[in-house]
This record gives sequence, structure tokens and C-alpha cells, in this order.
Amino acid sequence: MTDGKLPPARMMRRLSALAVLSLILAAGALAALSIGPFGLSLTEVLAALSGRAGGTAEVVIWNIRLPRVLAAMLVGAALAAAGASYQVLFRNPLVSPDILGVSSGAALGAVCGIFLSLPVIAIQGFAFLGGMGAVVLVIFVAQAVPRVDQTLVLVLTGVVMGALAGAATSLLKVMADPYDQLPAITFWLLGSLASITRADLRPVLPAVITGLVPLVLLRWRINLLSLGDDEARALGVDAPRLRLVVIAAATLITASVVAVAGIVGWVGLVIPHIARMIVGPGFAAVLPVSAILGAGYLLLVDTLCRTLSTIEIPLGILTAVLGAPFFLYLLARGRRGWS
Amino acid sequence: MIRFTFAAIAAVLLALPAQAQNTRTITDSAGRVVQLPERVETVFAAGPPAAILLYVMAPDRMLGWSRANRAETREFLAAPYADLPAIGTLTGQGGKAGLERVVALQPSLILDFGSVLDMYVDLANRVQEQTGIPYILIDGRFENTPAALRLLGEALGVPERGETLAQDAEATFAHIDTLLAGIPGAERPRAYMARGPDGLESGVVGSINTEILERAGGVNVLGRAETGRGLVQVSFEALLAADPDVIVTWDRQFFAGCRDNPFWSEMRAVREGHLHLSPVLPFGWIDGPPSINRMIGLDWMAAVFFPDRCQINLRESARAHYHLWYHVDLTEDQLDRLLP
Repeated sequence: MTDGKLPPARMMRRLSALAVLSLILAAGALAALSIGPFGLSLTEVLAALSGRAGGTAEVVIWNIRLPRVLAAMLVGAALAAAGASYQVLFRNPLVSPDILGVSSGAALGAVCGIFLSLPVIAIQGFAFLGGMGAVVLVIFVAQAVPRVDQTLVLVLTGVVMGALAGAATSLLKVMADPYDQLPAITFWLLGSLASITRADLRPVLPAVITGLVPLVLLRWRINLLSLGDDEARALGVDAPRLRLVVIAAATLITASVVAVAGIVGWVGLVIPHIARMIVGPGFAAVLPVSAILGAGYLLLVDTLCRTLSTIEIPLGILTAVLGAPFFLYLLARGRRGWS
Repeated sequence: MIRFTFAAIAAVLLALPAQAQNTRTITDSAGRVVQLPERVETVFAAGPPAAILLYVMAPDRMLGWSRANRAETREFLAAPYADLPAIGTLTGQGGKAGLERVVALQPSLILDFGSVLDMYVDLANRVQEQTGIPYILIDGRFENTPAALRLLGEALGVPERGETLAQDAEATFAHIDTLLAGIPGAERPRAYMARGPDGLESGVVGSINTEILERAGGVNVLGRAETGRGLVQVSFEALLAADPDVIVTWDRQFFAGCRDNPFWSEMRAVREGHLHLSPVLPFGWIDGPPSINRMIGLDWMAAVFFPDRCQINLRESARAHYHLWYHVDLTEDQLDRLLP
């Protein structure tokens, strides 16, 4: 498997599985487009999509639902892909994309932005910089710590940085205006796609793709990281450098989606597990399947968020409410987890 | 031993005047009977709503503000009270002042203005017991404003001031009621109050943050929520489906970005010029905090909702209100900035 070749039969099976999942996802997206408080039939949705409906229907579809549906899929796919990468990187199934403090860094950045009463675009920019900054700091500190087990140092540094960023966030919450900024901070920390626009997606999409490209291209080598550094080296892989590439790519992905969606937990932790249940532990297969499943999962959750009641249910609440029990179920079944 | 006896006698003698001083009792909004000193010298306000109420009623009794005032706020407050220090808050979201700090300030009274739910009653009782400082709770619902002013006037020993302001508040309420009596339900605007940096934060019916909207004759497009009555996140699509006639906000950041935002520029209310930005100095006219600072906002909001029927000269109304309530005389320049 090290040279990236699979027997044709397995390859075919894998491709057809991907094709089926993608078809289901596309159907789901179409269904999600036709669901919402603003009543539109499927024919009206199709007409609006092809630009023949005009008026408010097109506004609803093009300006509101389509960006939101795309954002849900993009955020879900990104978080699940990043989670799968981090899990193989740390050889640990309990790892999620925020292991190195990207979420807490992004949270701190966004809360700073809200605290300074900046416009939304600047809040998103701060969140992105905060997320990237936290991980860069973690790597920098971890490399300054002389230890044999770099992974352990990274995780511990990530925990420390996450806690520090969390403390700073709490401090800002204490200092924030309780009638003005505090509710905004609370809502941001719970994650939401309620205010997503096409303009918000424009910088995020290229960032996510930029992060995904190295992960996809290096998927076979990344798979070797799960064997451990020594064996990876024996197979000709420069593990420390590859690890940095994976961290950089996964962090870029996570930071850019968290910047527009807020803190959305559980997706990056749970979805790769389900992917492994379907296609086994190989990263080359887990990565695309995680991305598609993640897209579908967040699409479902966000559709629930915006339709269950007239007021929005924060995304982070539903992903946890749905994700946590499911994760327990997976644990209880204990079959075919990590190998 | 002798020294100790002396000290004890001295302590008793020092304590005597306090004992001998006449006390009186007052019943607060939660029905608690509280012993007050004959003269209330200084008051610790437990949160921003209480601080504003106290400033309006008797600024000379203030120990400080919950948060330091910003420069633009200070300009619309009377000296020297505008520059009083920040002393933190005791209750509400993010209580920060430690009890020791409160005791060190030696207030004659602790005042809280807002919710009188059990939790706050409990807290008041505990703080009063721990510190020995009388603590009164005043119901902060908008409709209760005249009663709140009279109650505080009595507690502070300035009943005339309380009565004057209460009558002014009653006159404002009555004026709004007269206006609304002539406007059938179908002609009341369906309104949305946008909060937060993206404008998608608001309150459902019953939320203290948006109650002024209904009091001024608007119909909250969010209606009642199945759960809770506080602030909520709203989806833009639900808002578009609700299609409010009027949108009001006090968030300058949001207001400034609204026309460039593909969402909001699509809203009928925004397109037709029914997006309104309320004044916020020295305190928000319609919220932030939801305290008696909203009295002047009632006129403003009625004028926004019923521009053809509401015969209110906002400039004159603001001038009079700031003079009576905020102890400042607005200059023409200040009025221009307040009501562009």
C-alpha cells in the first residue's frame, strides 16, 4: 500500500462508495435548499437556481439559502477532514481539530473583535488570525522544548495554549458590556451560520482548498505517520516535516471555517470515526469519506437549526447534542475503531 | 486589661450614636421589609440599570458608576458625576465588585434595579446579611417606571424628586396611550429590533430588551418564543419571511454596514428607508441597558412608527427630558449630533 496502488477491485469499490455518498449529499443539498421558513416549492427552487424565478424567490435562494447550504457543507467537510488529519497525525482517535488550540485562538480573536465593536468582516479576520496564531505559537513553543516525543509536547503545549486563550476570552467576557457585547460573544462562541453571505464564503473557499490540496496529494505518506516516526523514516518519509505540513494544512482549514461559522464542536471528532467504520482505517480513504460525511452531517444539523423554530438554534449546541450521544454509542459498540 | 476595658467602652460609645439614630423601614418591590437609616448618604448601585436610576434620581448620592464612562458619554452627563469612578457591579451578567470592596465604600444603601426573581431576592438577602448594609430591590420592568421612581424617592428621602419624575414618566406613557388608542391593530407596524454586530440578535416578545418596541405600538415580528423570553439569534431567512415594516437599531457598526450588506439591502424595510438608528448618549434610548433611559426612547420610537400621526417635537422633547432627568442642558450642537 505504500506506493499508493490498490487492487483494481478495491479501488472500484472505494470509488463507487464515494460516488454514492456524493449523490446522497447532492440530493440532501437540494432538499435543504427547498426547506425554510420562506415557503418555496422544489420547482420554484429549481427555477430560482436557473435564474428563471426572479423576485424574492431568487433572493432567498441565491443570497440566503445557497450560501448557507454551501457554507454548512464546506464547514462540515473542512472540520471533518481536519479532524481525520489530526487523528492520524497524533495516532489518537480522541483528537479533534482544536487539539492545538485553533478554536480557542479563534474564539479569542473573535471576542477581541466584538469587544472592540469592530464590523463583522474584521471579527472574522481576527478569528482567523487568532486561530492560526495560536497554532503557530504552539509549534514554536513545542519546538523550543527539547524532548524525544514531539507529539506529546505538541499536545501538551496545545492544551496549555488553549487554556490560556480560554482564560483571556473569559477575561474579555468579564470586561465586556453585559448589555451589548456579551450576548454577541455568547452567540459567536456557540457557532452559527445565520449571517453567512456569499461574500463571507469568497475568502474561505480558496483557503479550505489550499489546505485540502496537500492533504489529498500526500494522503499515502500521511497514512504512514500512523505507524510512528521510526517506521515512517524507514519507509522514506521525513515524519517531522510531514507533520508540520499536515498541521499547517489542517489548521488553515479549521481556522478559516471557524472564522465565519464560530465554534462548531464535535464534527471533527465524530465524523472521522464513522468514516473509518465505513472504509476502514486507511487515511487515503478516510479523508474524502470524512469530508463528504462531514458536509452531509453539518448540512443536516444546520437545516435543523434554521427550521426547528423561528429563532435560530446555535449550531454548536445541536452538533454537541447529536454528536455526543452518537460518540458514546460508538464507544459502547467498540468495534473497529482505530487500528 | 484596663486598656481592653477602655477600648470596649470606647467601642460602645462610638456605636451608640448609630444605635440611637432613627431608622425607618421601607418595603421594596420584592416585598422585603428593609431597615434604612434616617438619611441615606451614599448608595452603591448593583448594576448599570441601577446606576442610571440613581443618577437620575439623586446623583449626589452616587459612589460611582458600574463601568467607567466613555468620553462621549461624559459629555452628556452633568459634572462632576460624569467623572465618578467605576466601582463594578454586584449582580446581573458579570457581577464583579467584591463584597469587601462594597463594604469598604461604606454605602448607606445598596440598590438593585431590574429583575425581582427569587434568585435576586436571595442574593439581596445574603448580601444584606453579610455586609449589614440595607439592600433594596426595585422592579425594573418598563411599565413599573413611575412606581420605581416613587419608591426610590422615598428610600432616598427625596420623595418630591421621585414624584416629579414619576409624573413625567406617566405623562409620557399617557401620551403614547392616547396616540395608540386611535391606531387600530392593523395599522401598527411590524417591527424588528436589530442588535449585535450582524444585526441578527434580538429579543422575542416578553424580552426586557425589546419591550419598548411593543410599548411604543409596534408588533415584534419575532412573536413569542416557545422557550424563554430573552435574547435570541435570528435567521435572516426567517426575518425575510417575516418581512418587518420597520427595523430599529442602536448599533452604529451594524447600521453603517447595512446598506452594503447583500442581506439587509434586500429587506423591504431597508430598501424603503425604514431602518432607523436610535440615539445612545449618554445612555441608549431604546436599550443598553434596559433601564429608565428608555423613557425618552418611547417618544423617539413612536415617532419612527407613526411619523404621520405622532406630533412630537423630538428636539424639544429631548431638551426638556435631558434637563429634567439627566441634569444637563443640551446645546444646539449636541442636539444636532443626538438627532441628526
